[in-house]
Amino acid sequence: MMAALRERAIVSSRSVPSLPRHVRIQYDPVRQAFAVLSPEKVFWPNEISLDILRRCNGQSSVERIIADLAADYEAYPRDVAADVVAFLQEWSDKLLVKL
Amino acid sequence: MSEPLLPPIGMLAELTHRCPLQCPYCSNPVELLKADRELDTQTWLDLFSQAADLGVLQVHLSGGEPTLRRDFEQLIAGLSARGVYTNLITAGVGIAEGRIEAFAEAGLDHLQLSFQGARPATTDRIGNHRGSHEKKLETAHRARAAGLPLTINAPVHRHNIEEVPEFIDLALSLDAERLEIANVQYAGWALANRDRLMPDLAAVNRQADIVAAARERLAGIMTIDFVTPDYFAIYPKPCMGGWARDAFMVAPDGTVLPCHAAQTIPSLRFERFGDRRLAEIWTDSPAFNAFRGTDWMHEPCRSCERREIDWGGCRCQAMAIAGDATATDPACVKSPIHNRMAMLTDAAQAKAAPEGKESFIFRRIGAATRPDTRAEPAH
Repeated sequence: MMAALRERAIVSSRSVPSLPRHVRIQYDPVRQAFAVLSPEKVFWPNEISLDILRRCNGQSSVERIIADLAADYEAYPRDVAADVVAFLQEWSDKLLVKL
Repeated sequence: MSEPLLPPIGMLAELTHRCPLQCPYCSNPVELLKADRELDTQTWLDLFSQAADLGVLQVHLSGGEPTLRRDFEQLIAGLSARGVYTNLITAGVGIAEGRIEAFAEAGLDHLQLSFQGARPATTDRIGNHRGSHEKKLETAHRARAAGLPLTINAPVHRHNIEEVPEFIDLALSLDAERLEIANVQYAGWALANRDRLMPDLAAVNRQADIVAAARERLAGIMTIDFVTPDYFAIYPKPCMGGWARDAFMVAPDGTVLPCHAAQTIPSLRFERFGDRRLAEIWTDSPAFNAFRGTDWMHEPCRSCERREIDWGGCRCQAMAIAGDATATDPACVKSPIHNRMAMLTDAAQAKAAPEGKESFIFRRIGAATRPDTRAEPAH
């Protein structure tokens, strides 16, 4: 088997996630909801997923994102961390988030 | 209607039927339209604008070969200005220097490039175009250099199913984000060539194992989408996500259709954009309403727990095999004629020519309606 040009990325607290060029978040005025557009699929993220994806700006670390979300949702960082990491890993594995 | 009518999300725009390749599995209708039947630039732009108003978020620009339209950059720019996600579906042969960069500048979001084989000889033979494989490799490199995200599309049939591991390597070597291993859907030209293309069960099973293992191995490296082969299925696919449910397509002359092959259903009459507004066609066209939702279903679909999963499967496949567009898709194990699928695949194997000697009906204007002009492989 040929060597891949990329390797699977694993989420860490120091990862700085961003959206790859083929993925974008867009408000849809017809359905009055935010859509995530990718080559063959359109996703309709729920509120928390959308809050994570919007922070994937190529500047904030995962640690920072967790802290921000915890503040917004009035929760402890340790209570949101596992969900955020699992979400980012899943989206990274589908090449919908870049780490 | 069993559920409220929702706006469409996706649109497939077949800008032209002209194409440098002659693939015998082409999803275009066997009656191809010549260039003089194509919509002009302004009409496509009006259609795109109405589609965006209606709620379309993604447009797949296809053909034939869509880049043969000299106004292609303009069409991308029109969609991009409305925030519509644009996906170019190309054969990647004969795109003039500088144009791929121009597509990217016009706002193209993604490029999907077909490979007829993982080996040059296969690509050139199936597309009936010498040197096409090399040109496709060059297109892939140019797309990456222009910063475009890339999907490699591999339409799979008897003559390349053993190349699936090589397709995976090829897509990795081209730095693609995505690979589609798409078993040919037997409509259009593929239906005319069904006996010449149908793989056998053992090869289909090997392929499924290879794809499953590769998907696991390549998580986070490359996405593999797998379009499974209907003739070996247990349940049908939700064709187009359900008839006229969230997507539609437009033929080069502006005919608005629920799917590629809808014109093979003789009872339906389709409308053209320009004669009516797109929103009216989507909402009111009798052809769009014919198989919408679940009210049209007979048994076993009507009471099936999967009726809102697969929406009865493919109406055109029901037409082609059961001779009745309202029948259960014969791909479904619950269809009373499901066993006909196995009979058809067995019959195809019995008629198979030695590898490399298959005489396809190559896709070109008039070829399928005049079988006496059936082409021999070029090499």
